[in-house]
Amino acid sequence: MAILTTQVNPRSELFQANEAAMRREVLALRELSAAIRRGGGDKARARHEGRGKLFVRDRIDHLLDEGSPFLEFSALAAHEVYADAVPAASIVTGIGRVSGVECVIVANDATVKGGTYYPLTVKKHIRAQEIARKHRLPCIYLVDSGGAYLPLQDEVFPDRDHFGRIFYNQATLSAEGIPQIAVVMGSCTAGGAYVPAMADESIIVREQGTIFLGGPPLVKAATGESISAEALGGADVHAKLSGVADHYAENDAHALQLARACVSRLNWQKRGRLAMQPPKPPRLDPAELYGIVGTDLKKPFDVREVIGRIVDDSDFDEFKRYYGDTLVTGFAHIHGHPVGIVANNGVLFSESAVKGAHFIELCAQRKIPLLFLQNITGFMVGSKYEHEGIAKHGAKLVTAVACARVPKFTVLIGGSFGAGNYGMCGRAFEPNLLFMWPNARISVMGGEQAAGVLAQVKREQHERDGREWSAEDEEAFKAPTREQYEHQGHPYYASARLWDDGVIDPAQTRDVLGLALAAAMNAEIADTTFGVFRM
Amino acid sequence: MTTARFDTLLVANRGEIACRVMRTARRMGLRTVAVYSDADASARHVREADEAIRIGPAAARDSYLNVEAVVEAAQRSGAGAIHPGYGFLSENGAFVEALDAAGIVFVGPPAAAIAAMGDKSAAKARMANAGVPLVPGYHGHDQDDALLRSEADKIGYPVLLKASAGGGGKGMRVVESGADFQAALDGCRRESQAAFNDARMLIEKYLTQPRHVEVQVFCDSHGNGVYLFERDCSVQRRHQKVLEEAPAPGMTAELRREMGEAAVRAAKEIGYVGAGTVEFLLDSSQGSSQERDGAFYFMEMNTRLQVEHPVTEMITGQDLVEWQLRVAMGETLPLKQDELTISGHSFEARLYAEDPLQDFLPATGTLTRFAMDLAGAGLSSYEKGRARVRLDSGVESGDAVSMHYDPMLAKLIAHGDDRDQALATLNRALAALDVQGVVTNRAFLQRLATHPAFKAAELDTRFIERHHATLFAAEHPTTEEYASAALIALDQLGHERESDSPWDRHDGFRLNAPHGIRIALCDRQDETSTIVVEGTRESDAAPWCLTIGSETLTASLQPLEGDAVAITLDGHRRRLQARLEGDNSIVMVDPRGESRRLWRRIDAIDHGHHEVESTLTAPMHGTVVALLVEAGQKVEKGMPLMVMEAMKMEHTLTAPADGQVESFHFAAGDTVGQGDVLLEFTPDE
Repeated sequence: MAILTTQVNPRSELFQANEAAMRREVLALRELSAAIRRGGGDKARARHEGRGKLFVRDRIDHLLDEGSPFLEFSALAAHEVYADAVPAASIVTGIGRVSGVECVIVANDATVKGGTYYPLTVKKHIRAQEIARKHRLPCIYLVDSGGAYLPLQDEVFPDRDHFGRIFYNQATLSAEGIPQIAVVMGSCTAGGAYVPAMADESIIVREQGTIFLGGPPLVKAATGESISAEALGGADVHAKLSGVADHYAENDAHALQLARACVSRLNWQKRGRLAMQPPKPPRLDPAELYGIVGTDLKKPFDVREVIGRIVDDSDFDEFKRYYGDTLVTGFAHIHGHPVGIVANNGVLFSESAVKGAHFIELCAQRKIPLLFLQNITGFMVGSKYEHEGIAKHGAKLVTAVACARVPKFTVLIGGSFGAGNYGMCGRAFEPNLLFMWPNARISVMGGEQAAGVLAQVKREQHERDGREWSAEDEEAFKAPTREQYEHQGHPYYASARLWDDGVIDPAQTRDVLGLALAAAMNAEIADTTFGVFRM
Repeated sequence: MTTARFDTLLVANRGEIACRVMRTARRMGLRTVAVYSDADASARHVREADEAIRIGPAAARDSYLNVEAVVEAAQRSGAGAIHPGYGFLSENGAFVEALDAAGIVFVGPPAAAIAAMGDKSAAKARMANAGVPLVPGYHGHDQDDALLRSEADKIGYPVLLKASAGGGGKGMRVVESGADFQAALDGCRRESQAAFNDARMLIEKYLTQPRHVEVQVFCDSHGNGVYLFERDCSVQRRHQKVLEEAPAPGMTAELRREMGEAAVRAAKEIGYVGAGTVEFLLDSSQGSSQERDGAFYFMEMNTRLQVEHPVTEMITGQDLVEWQLRVAMGETLPLKQDELTISGHSFEARLYAEDPLQDFLPATGTLTRFAMDLAGAGLSSYEKGRARVRLDSGVESGDAVSMHYDPMLAKLIAHGDDRDQALATLNRALAALDVQGVVTNRAFLQRLATHPAFKAAELDTRFIERHHATLFAAEHPTTEEYASAALIALDQLGHERESDSPWDRHDGFRLNAPHGIRIALCDRQDETSTIVVEGTRESDAAPWCLTIGSETLTASLQPLEGDAVAITLDGHRRRLQARLEGDNSIVMVDPRGESRRLWRRIDAIDHGHHEVESTLTAPMHGTVVALLVEAGQKVEKGMPLMVMEAMKMEHTLTAPADGQVESFHFAAGDTVGQGDVLLEFTPDE
């Protein structure tokens, strides 16, 4: 037992200011999320409802077990990316419980651009499949999509991680024994036809679902045959004639019931094994995270105050407490699951990097999932550090992070800058899931630093040319860079592009991680083989 | 008929009456013997008896109606006498003769008296001779369809068709017009044949606002006869009594004496011995009490102990079963007429296993709980040395209620110094009655007994029909009840964890949004009345925000001791008992005992079958009585297709649409289970 205590004074001015600022951010996030949940416009919704179809989130509610959590991914996808609004990139993905089994759900939202695939729709769909693979979770596709968004075909069709990858994934996921279930609740045209066709089991809704390689207009153009969508590839065709669909549903709700039945027949067993403990809520109040962290990245906080509000019983068993103390490492439980936590508490030094690598080795050896709490400006710079080989020490940490094959989860709770992002299991290091808090920022370096570096280069240019460069001119030069970094480093910008799996309310972090850990336990924890550590 | 002393009494009945008779017998030092069918092998009356003897399979005609088996059981157990209870063999002359032949005392009237009253047509003729007033009607032996029809036409509709041999509402129907006559006649004959092995019918004028007032009489074998005053049994459904009381409200001393003396005259006319009831119709459409004099008509005499005899016991302080046994032993009546007085007022409510909301469809199942917490209801069962509340029950917790017999489970009897006090006591006792596992009419009884018209004693036999709107209006659950049930369901979800996994918390976690759960509830087991309650909350500790239609309530639940919970809706805190039943229903009982049951719809999905079903299924366990059409026959919507019977009540299944009956899965006489497919049906395109 190592119960964390708190030094926080909730009545302090700083706390109050932090709390107010973070609350504003969280409220803004909630409002944006609520707007996104409404999907397409009122007209599209009315049309959708008029056809007797359920909205995508109602479909998911019907599919899930009563009261099941739904851990949604990347709701902010495509936010302010395209000329038109494409809420959630016209696809809802997430993990939910169906017939007692955690499943990845991929559901088109036909009220948004007819459910067509924008580049980020494809990316989000493929990301959900990756998550399914990593966590070994059955996939349920609720298909209601007009296929690729044709104006952007060059960003949707040809490349490795474009549309075709969806079907590649379906085949290879199925090959790994990860069930693929498709429910056709609307159109499923051209490439889209392969979603049900590639599925292990498929369900089609009468007078709603259609599957065909070429729709009626294409058929008419190509062969002159005039045929209705229903007669060409409706439920009766596929359930009774073609065999493309296996189950015939009367309506949306019935189809989702059949999908639940499919999952109940999977004979599903979790393979991950952890020495669990009865879950206990933290002793410290998670609501205080707002006041502790705030939104000003320049104001430091002790990351233990954060850990104590996320882990079971606020019980955190620290490793190498007094060595390399800008990186906090230690063992705890989240919703009963043992985790090893690696958390920034300042800039990374050689000692902290080596300590981190050591700790990750321990967790990989013991098959304990890892949680990275990122709040990192980067590795320390300067001659002293370069000379002592901070690069090779940093490389040890990066190697350890990259190779560890235990489930890894990363939460950006503050800054995520430069190589610090790598050493702390950024997106490139394939954590199972990666989330950002609304106060977090992500970029190759801070806006101020980037502007400073660029200004330094410019100043040298001016000096070489023997020109004057006034302080005002320099400031005017730096401002756009600062602005660009602030804009592009914002969590909404990041999440819109799927650099993460979602922006989350700090107060929900513990539950998100608990759900993620439990879902990850569907997969066996693999043995780790590390690469060469430069000594 | 024989009278003789005996030390062993066999009770040829089941249920509450068997238990009730044995209770007195034991008190009088008699050894008690029960009989049972296969369905009743572990029934309460068997458990309570000193000895019990099996008399046959479940069907009543093979067991409780089997004269030979019952006589044999008496001989085998050495019983000197048989008490028949009510129903079954209680008014069967052949049975009495068989007992006479076997030298066994029948606790009841002589066979001749039963025969005299059992044949209702002959009885009326004798009553007319004895100067007892009669309702106009046809009581002839000629049972020709056309003749009966013309007699009915002559009397004028509405008329009442009744089995000559019958009682208890079986084989009895009101016919509103000549057009309905033949169908009603056929139905009555079938019921009568099944229940009494006798299809003869009589016809009577049907009074539109009659009260059912009956007089308890008692005669001994020495020529003495007394009346133990009257009972009002006007509140009936399907011609079966539901609520009874004694004395009848609004009786004058003169009318009481007049009716009482007429009843004793009727009994003496037929040489009656033992306990009997003379039923009269009292025309309440007439005005003042003076005008009422003489406005009573003899209906029939029940030559047995009545179900509702306890209300008479309560107001006279006598044990009528003890009287019966003493008379059967040849003793004289314990009291003379002038020694009998009325003290206070008494009510009896009959608890049936039936669903008042489904046209009183009989219910079956296992009673997971059957108890009455009088102390909890602020009542003591005795006051001033006499019983205030009495529960005559044939069942206990854990007992099964089968389809084979009458669905009456128990009788709740209350006594008070006056009618108001007795009624208040009845209501409290009804509230204290806790019956679980089987649908009963308990709440319906409460609504009846609290109805303003009932309180005001505005009684007639169509009370339930007349007040249908108000009696059934309160059935629709309120928003608060839906909210409470949803809250209980949400609380239960939180406790239904199979593991520590956060996925198992059923908390409706949503990212960047309040937690949200939808609870679908319906107030009937049909799915047409579903209400969806949407619950959201900020965290596991926060109160729920419940949305029901356009209403939104802040709601929280606090568990109290046992089943009790405190539910707070928009700041209004209420305490109630909450239980979850195995059929996914939530039962809520408020402190006044008003209960509400709502069913959760889980995985119940509208599969969109809006076409007519191609099969008809049995609405309950029962027996197929008759197939009314041929396989392959074209039928019109609403046309009767087959008749089934459960608990002695007939239910007609009709065509759901125009179409054709393809085949029947059962034949007449077959037993069917609830939900069994009875026939295949093809609706017209």
